[in-house]
Amino acid sequence: MLKTITAAICALSGLIAFSQVRAAGEQVVIGDIDDLSGVYADAGGQGGVEAINMAIADFGGTVLGKKIVLLSVDHLNKPDIGASKFREWADQNGLNMLLGGSNTGVSIAMAKVAAAKKVPFMAIGAGGASLTGADCTAYTVHYAYDTTALGNGTASAIVKQGGKSWYFVTADYAFGTQLQDAATRVVLANGGKVLGAVRAPLGTTDYSSFLLQAQASGAQVLGLANAGTDFSNSLKAANEFGLTKTMKPAALLAFITDIHSLTLQTAQGLYLTTAWYWDLNDETRAFAKRFFAKMKKEPTMDQAAYYSATIQYLSAVKAVGSTNSDLVMAQLKKVKINDVFTKNGYVRADGLMVHTMYVMQVKTPAESKYPWDYYKVVKVLSGEEADGPLPDATCPLSKK
Amino acid sequence: MTTVFGVPLPAVLGQLMLGLVNGSFYALLSLGLAVIFGLLGVVNFAHGALYMLGAFAAYIGLQFLGVNYWCALILAPLAVGLLGVLIERLFLRHLYQLDPLYGLLLTFGIASIAEGAMRGLFGASGNAYPVPQLLQGGLNLGFMVLPIYRAWVVFASLTVCGTTWFLIERTRLGATLRAATENSRLVQAFGINVPLLVTATYGAGAALAALAGVLAAPVIQVSPSMGSSLVIVVFAVVVIGGMGSIAGAIVSGLVLGLIEGLTKVIYPEASNIVVFVIMAVVLIWRPAGLFGKE
Repeated sequence: MLKTITAAICALSGLIAFSQVRAAGEQVVIGDIDDLSGVYADAGGQGGVEAINMAIADFGGTVLGKKIVLLSVDHLNKPDIGASKFREWADQNGLNMLLGGSNTGVSIAMAKVAAAKKVPFMAIGAGGASLTGADCTAYTVHYAYDTTALGNGTASAIVKQGGKSWYFVTADYAFGTQLQDAATRVVLANGGKVLGAVRAPLGTTDYSSFLLQAQASGAQVLGLANAGTDFSNSLKAANEFGLTKTMKPAALLAFITDIHSLTLQTAQGLYLTTAWYWDLNDETRAFAKRFFAKMKKEPTMDQAAYYSATIQYLSAVKAVGSTNSDLVMAQLKKVKINDVFTKNGYVRADGLMVHTMYVMQVKTPAESKYPWDYYKVVKVLSGEEADGPLPDATCPLSKK
Repeated sequence: MTTVFGVPLPAVLGQLMLGLVNGSFYALLSLGLAVIFGLLGVVNFAHGALYMLGAFAAYIGLQFLGVNYWCALILAPLAVGLLGVLIERLFLRHLYQLDPLYGLLLTFGIASIAEGAMRGLFGASGNAYPVPQLLQGGLNLGFMVLPIYRAWVVFASLTVCGTTWFLIERTRLGATLRAATENSRLVQAFGINVPLLVTATYGAGAALAALAGVLAAPVIQVSPSMGSSLVIVVFAVVVIGGMGSIAGAIVSGLVLGLIEGLTKVIYPEASNIVVFVIMAVVLIWRPAGLFGKE
């Protein structure tokens, strides 16, 4: 019995290996390694996979006469799983380009594989600015947003409106502290001050104690340097304890799916920074309509970025007439990016995709006229305003 | 101004008050766990999932069936209790003769399935549940404004904990239950249907978890992962109180809530580990827990 099973497994794996070897070279293989089931699954997840499929279909399904194939897997927010899956696809499946992220830790691990295997890596859901700083590689493109741009956007808009004194509730890990640092720099540079910060452990459900401390500080602005359910729970408690009446809540990273699940009743008046919003113009609305028909949700900025990054990669392949990673990367760093995600975006030497960011304020229930009508634009930041004019000096690629 | 550990007194009082609110949740959840462990010997890892399902039952009731908060307080625990009965009848029942580890693994699997199913149906960000009309607003206590809803949580939880303790420790039904755990064959010989008693106990434990879930729904985001983050802390609470001790679970739940509240003022980064540090100390000093009989 055992022998039969073993034999069957061997035969089957041989067959799979054979078909993969045969396939590589005749196909262009795109991979997606993302959080498909965890805390960040609503921002990217299956919606991200759908967006990539839409991009492939819009591109015609083939490039250079080769069929475009998509592989996707859940990284479960574990860096080792992300990195080993990436390596496996690069070695055995002829992977040409990887999209993914939704977790700074996993993305940093995958960027190292990108450098070793020379496979372009579009980091989308991860925020950590170090991906184009100390952890930069020649094959990484940090596409949707980073902590610098998020901190710049929300903080600069609020300080200029008179919100001078801040108190931060920060998620106690790399992403949260990088966000808080970025926002603090902007607050201080604009003549504001930071009265204090409290570091809440990741996954805290009860924020009331931390908010009581924020309230006691007498600060005007409550800066939420966290994401996902940490963000939802902290804002919900701020509402319950009446903080939103005396302080201005400011989200440093919030997705439209977060606002949808919190409802406008709780989220109204909140400031946040986003790279993209479905209701910006006719082009974004048309994309959102197609996406909504499949997913029954409006796309997040990450999902729009997944679509855009796929289109841009395939366009670069078509332009250089090859899937050679160095040629494609050179092309990506040469062209302007103009599509549904952004206008006149460009990839900087350190790999950061510099593009417009929007500071938004969440509408009140009375202002919202139709489903998912959640944001009004407070300020539009050019790519240079959001990311700073210079490449990150901690990245060796910037020095060329 | 008077200070405690360099923190102003009103702030300390405020944190203690919030600690009491959290302690009420811990007490209610650890109570259910203690009842199930004490009477069935099952380490119920699905407790967090049952709590999450209670909150979702309330949300689904309000969103799709027009069931308001007050009805949900009764109906959600009933529904989840019924699910508990099914779990016990179909699965747990077959594992009593085996090592307790098997029960733990089974309930852990059930928890994962429930969490995954809810994530598939409702997404990872969760849903909002409004505070009922009657309990909106705040009470000014002088040192802080306490939302009325939080005060209600403390009241409801203490009432339920007290009632459960009384039922098990002071009534004839409770005496029968305790006797059945001591020597089930002898109790069966007296003509009492022990398997039915066991099923009902698991159902009641599940209902207690669901009740905590309904109470929590207006306070935190109703999300699939809300239980998994809590269940580990609640286990620590039960271990500190003494596995299976009803009074131990209630008292240590409240006290640990208070200690956690104080930690959040003095050293916030440690607030999610302070319970485990205490657990380690208690286990070294008194392996059976504070109220455990060994």
